[in-house]
Amino acid sequence: MSKILVIAEHLDGKLNSATARAVSAAAAVKPEAIDVLVLADNVDAVAASAAQIEGVSRVLTIARAENAHPLAAVLAPQIAKAAAGYSHVFAPSTTFGKDVAPRVAALLGVAQVSDVMSVEGSHTFKRPIYAGNAIITVEADAAHAVVATIRTASWPAAAASANSAPIEALSLDVALPSHTRFVELKQGKSDRPDLQSASKVVSGGRGVGSKENFEIIYKFADKIGAAVGASRAAVDAGYVPNEMQVGQTGKIIAPELYMAIGISGAIQHLTGIKDAGTIVAINKDGEAPIFEVADFGLVGDLFKLIPELEQAIG
Amino acid sequence: MKILVGYKRVVDYNVRIQVKPDGTGVVTDGVKLSANPFDDIALEEALRLREKSVAEEVVVVGIGPADLTAHLRNGLAMGANRAIHVVTADAVQPLTAARVLQKLVEKEQPGLVILGKQAIDDDANQTGQMLAALWDRPQATFASKVEIANGKATVTREVDAGLETIEAELPAVITTDLRLNEPRFIKLPDIMKAKSKPIDTIEFATLGVDAHDQLKTTHYAAPAKRSKGVMVKDAAELVAVLKQKGLL
Repeated sequence: MSKILVIAEHLDGKLNSATARAVSAAAAVKPEAIDVLVLADNVDAVAASAAQIEGVSRVLTIARAENAHPLAAVLAPQIAKAAAGYSHVFAPSTTFGKDVAPRVAALLGVAQVSDVMSVEGSHTFKRPIYAGNAIITVEADAAHAVVATIRTASWPAAAASANSAPIEALSLDVALPSHTRFVELKQGKSDRPDLQSASKVVSGGRGVGSKENFEIIYKFADKIGAAVGASRAAVDAGYVPNEMQVGQTGKIIAPELYMAIGISGAIQHLTGIKDAGTIVAINKDGEAPIFEVADFGLVGDLFKLIPELEQAIG
Repeated sequence: MKILVGYKRVVDYNVRIQVKPDGTGVVTDGVKLSANPFDDIALEEALRLREKSVAEEVVVVGIGPADLTAHLRNGLAMGANRAIHVVTADAVQPLTAARVLQKLVEKEQPGLVILGKQAIDDDANQTGQMLAALWDRPQATFASKVEIANGKATVTREVDAGLETIEAELPAVITTDLRLNEPRFIKLPDIMKAKSKPIDTIEFATLGVDAHDQLKTTHYAAPAKRSKGVMVKDAAELVAVLKQKGLL
């Protein structure tokens, strides 16, 4: 039978919703237990949130000063040790999970399945390759633990208040390296909904034209309560910070409504939005590839159309 | 210091790949192949470190069939001092690639290994992290800025929350993100010069790397197609349809 260890992602004492999405994927394996592992300097608040996630059997914590920041070189040996007895180790396919999970897999001497989008069996998974232009079915060796990252856009977050799983502190005898040190984290400050979990996202591209012009995107997003994203072109041009990039190498999202404004729709961008419920494209070029995936398309000048949209929304 | 750079050949990023109708793979015959874009960035960064006299030698490493030589010549033309070609006809997955690189690291003793953050064919994003684990050295993934001084790398990383800076003692593994640099173009005289640069050829089988524990790919499929959309005539109509669907 399967037993799954899910690695919790958190920041500033708050559990990231990507963790509950990884728990959903774990539940799809139909295991006998899903345990969530919290590594931090102060684990209490995060562990309490993790314990509420539906389907979680136990929350295991490793509280060490070295775990204050998510350094893969420091976390991976602890996760690899904690993984003993588990058939699967899952982490969300966020920058955190992508950084740490392969290091865990290599320590365990097993291959990793990246970006699991569906579970076909306890050792059979589907994942995208070639920027999402092909979906492969892969089989992991049943004789070893499966290490996998979970494509968060493919999984709903498991309900988070339907449970009160027991919380247990783990004490592992693991020597930790000091060769890697955290210096600082510069966070983009935003009161808007989180890009990766928002139900509506408005994204701007090169067509927006400048950092100043991006205000029109922010204003419109605020009007409809949406998170704001961007294409690579807009990030490279310095209109917005990198953490807003949506696409193959940025964030992969699946909101109910995605509005692409002034975005042509390169393959690499489309990868990031393919699973959105409804895609709306607004572009002055009627031949732009974004219209091939859009459910609703509107051709015209965004600077004229956005005020008109705001007026029509009322 | 010596820098080892992973230099994978992949289907060009502009190609719209096709899945074979029988689900056995994607069509790669006659398709344009190029350096993995992240690996070009890795090589560019290594060359810049050499130009700043942080490194003396830049070595590009490729794992692949006999005809990979031409691809490695591109890396030499871009400016690498020499190349190592690990010859294998079989596709190599990240864990195996990391084990190969680990063998080369033991032999070459580099101060730094720079790899792309992911290859745009398998989109795995694993090899650098796995190498760092096997080597028991620091990793700095998704790098958008690298400074090397006093035996350590100070690396700014592109993470979901923003930009994180970490310090890693050398030797270390760095994987590159898109915004680390703008790779240079290869000039014609450099292509001529590259012809006389050395390429060491190593047979995969002689490295003693076990490749049995790779994942089995049993089926390839095209992604589900979205149903054809409609064009609306103006803002009012767009708002009306979105309101009707309960999205606004």
